[in-house]
Amino acid sequence: MGKETTITIDNKRFTFEPDETILDVAHRNNIFIPTLCHLKGATPTGACRICVVEVEGAPNLVASCATPAANDMVVYSESQEVIKDRRSIIRLMLSSGHHNCAIRDFDTKDWTQFQLKVLEEDGTQDLCPVWGECKLQDLAYRYQVKAKGLPQSESKYPMERVNPFIIRDFSRCILCGRCVQACREVQVNNAIDFGYRGADTKIVAGADVALKDSDCVFCGECIEACPVGALVTEHALKPERFVKTQKVRTTCSYCGVGCQIELNVQHNRIIKVNSAGDVPPNNGSLCVKGRFGFDFVASPERLTSPLIRKNGKLEGATWDEALDLVADSLTQVKKDHGSDSIGVLTSARVTNEENYIAQKFARAVLKTNNVDHCARL
Amino acid sequence: MTNTIADIETAEVILVTGSNTTENHPVLSTFVKRAALRGTTLIVVDPRRIKLSHHAATWLRPELGTDIAWINGLMNVIIKENLFDKTFVENRCEGFEELKKTVETYTPDYVEAITGINATDIIETARTFAGAKNASILYCMGITQHTTGTDNVKSLANLSMLCGNLGIPGGGVNPLRGQNNVQGACDMGGLPNVLTAYQKVDDDAARAKFEKTWGVTDLPAKPGLTATDMIEQAGTGELKALYIVGENPLVSDPDLNHAEKAIGNLDLLVVQDIFLTETAKMADVVLPAFCFAEKEGTFSNTERRVQRVRKAVEAPGFAREDWRIICEIATRMGYPMSYPNSNAIFEEITKVTPSYAGITWDRIENEGLHWPCPTADHPGTPILHTQQFTRGKGMFHAIDHRPPAELPDKDYPFMLTTGRVLYHYHTGTMTMKSPGLNTMSPECFVEISSNDAQRLGFEDGTMVDVLSRRGKITAKLKISSKAVDGTLFIPFHFAKAAANRLTNAKVDPVAKIPEFKVCAITIRKAA
Repeated sequence: MGKETTITIDNKRFTFEPDETILDVAHRNNIFIPTLCHLKGATPTGACRICVVEVEGAPNLVASCATPAANDMVVYSESQEVIKDRRSIIRLMLSSGHHNCAIRDFDTKDWTQFQLKVLEEDGTQDLCPVWGECKLQDLAYRYQVKAKGLPQSESKYPMERVNPFIIRDFSRCILCGRCVQACREVQVNNAIDFGYRGADTKIVAGADVALKDSDCVFCGECIEACPVGALVTEHALKPERFVKTQKVRTTCSYCGVGCQIELNVQHNRIIKVNSAGDVPPNNGSLCVKGRFGFDFVASPERLTSPLIRKNGKLEGATWDEALDLVADSLTQVKKDHGSDSIGVLTSARVTNEENYIAQKFARAVLKTNNVDHCARL
Repeated sequence: MTNTIADIETAEVILVTGSNTTENHPVLSTFVKRAALRGTTLIVVDPRRIKLSHHAATWLRPELGTDIAWINGLMNVIIKENLFDKTFVENRCEGFEELKKTVETYTPDYVEAITGINATDIIETARTFAGAKNASILYCMGITQHTTGTDNVKSLANLSMLCGNLGIPGGGVNPLRGQNNVQGACDMGGLPNVLTAYQKVDDDAARAKFEKTWGVTDLPAKPGLTATDMIEQAGTGELKALYIVGENPLVSDPDLNHAEKAIGNLDLLVVQDIFLTETAKMADVVLPAFCFAEKEGTFSNTERRVQRVRKAVEAPGFAREDWRIICEIATRMGYPMSYPNSNAIFEEITKVTPSYAGITWDRIENEGLHWPCPTADHPGTPILHTQQFTRGKGMFHAIDHRPPAELPDKDYPFMLTTGRVLYHYHTGTMTMKSPGLNTMSPECFVEISSNDAQRLGFEDGTMVDVLSRRGKITAKLKISSKAVDGTLFIPFHFAKAAANRLTNAKVDPVAKIPEFKVCAITIRKAA
């Protein structure tokens, strides 16, 4: 056994594993260090520097996501120095893009005025679609950053709305690179990357084409990774801001992977689907069907009442009529031609409970083993 | 899967065959691609130059329907060069001598002649696979949907056992199940020869147990008909009535023209579904059901993980839950079936299903459990066969190559293989309701290599008639780098140009799975 290695963060001592960064140790012990570019499972880039901390003896603040924890290291997660640095990073981000969430005009001295202004502006078309779910906005609140009066630079690149599923708003992009990491290191679809240089830097797909014309497969991993409103879902239905969204965790109904998803519901309609977070088997990832393929649930083409063929045409019927007809007909066929003249095809689409009932029905009621499903097709 | 999805990333070598993983199991493919990115050796064996092959160290291209040959070829090299796991073979397996004798014929040159895979590639791949500490095999319908489907799977099992890759993390023989609950439908006895947990219908003790729980006598002991047999017997008039739950065989069955006639021949067709599918349109009675977002229950995924399904929205109109509809009919037929809710059904399942016996909805509230999970305190079984196989020792099966049921000839010079695309799912009843998915994949296409297109004088986008001995469809030609000369690919999603009008209904003698992946076709400019 080697000597136990410890690090001190905010005057508390913690043990750590080899390969852990300062950020890993802090987060594991519920010490808040903000992050923007950091993406679990991807190589730390240290691009945004919002996670800077003070390390005793170090000449400058260090990015905690990219600095390995070391024995006897003494760290301050939110010293005056750190706060000052974080505030200037946030201020710069707010002034370098289109962040019309009212935060720019936030006056720390007049809270009431600010609240009223937000209420008044809310619901307008211009307000950022991720209002209230934006990490940059959260941090601006937390660190009381005033960006009022700072010049706002115009975005060089127009919004991209030609794609199904995903809107790219470059004016809100803070170039943290999380989407690039999600695409290249998590999903490994290699569809997007940093393009151009310096002040022209942009996240580009292929040779700077629209996502739909690139290698993008619309898995939407980048949307979940985006900490701001630069990548948002092109909703068929706009979520309503003041209606409570009910989130229901369930299992995706497409392939056999069984991804854990969260259905976001308003007014009995699925308005959005996201992953259920860091749980197996998908650990937060989804594909295009699992994220964007649930329009069928509320389709007007859904069957809503039983149908019975009368004079060659399918016509609406009551449940009693339909159930009696099926029960009587099956009883008759069984009597006339025997149990094995009936077959039941159960389904790989329905639940275990329903499959169990279907085969029980075939065996216990119809008295046949003629029961199968589409496993082979 | 013998192993778990997360386990794939811990393999030293991953062999993917007959699986277009990035399109059919996109999220699972991320595990494979991440592994390859971090240095795992990925070998893809597939007749199409699928996207996953761009992530692979090696892409081997076999002729359609020659899987036994290349797998035997790998084993030939592995045995000849003494690269196999002798301890595993001696302690855990039997039948090695017969296997050795059979694969002796499959020298790299002989295999090259059958499969078209370069002999040196066979040798290199064999060394790489056998040299790995642990190697995972992933396969899908490209392996199973053949008249030799069962033998193809057994061959992969032979290869895995030979290298001692079963029962260890990062190893295994891993079929990727294509439908959300195809694993569960099998586990629950939705098969003609077994009750739940694969208890055989001709096992008297098993039947006695079910008779007691269900309060019935005379459960049938004779194995029933498979789905493909049912269609056959509907055609001959032996099967009179068919009750179909949530399936659309009139797009998904092989040789559709024949299937349509057979189903039309039934005295009674009942279809329970969420949409008026092509199949429901032919029904005598259509019963509207709930979709997954409207009900409580469980699905079992490809890695045998039993997971919860939860209600998020109310179902439309007068639709009902599938199980409630069936229970109503059973009751009206004189066998009362009634449950307060689906959890009560699950509780009954655990009483008669040893592999699910220890699972409760409470236990899987946050994270699903892998069966077998025999008792309430059992943690589930992520990896199968760690100590022994189900039958005790693992049996090597000595198997010879057999060609597909239909091969190209003068009249039908091209090979056709079918499958799915990323943006659609099976017969499209769900995905084709999403405008975005339809934008990305609006219609059927015929994928062809640029060489073949040039030779025929066809341009990209040309409307072509595709003909087989069984039928004809018309679709747009799509020149693609995925296609290899001589082989065309058509997705089977689209009812308007249903690839299954062309496919061959010849089945594997054991599994009764149709040969969707090979048939002979010809193409001509559409009139």
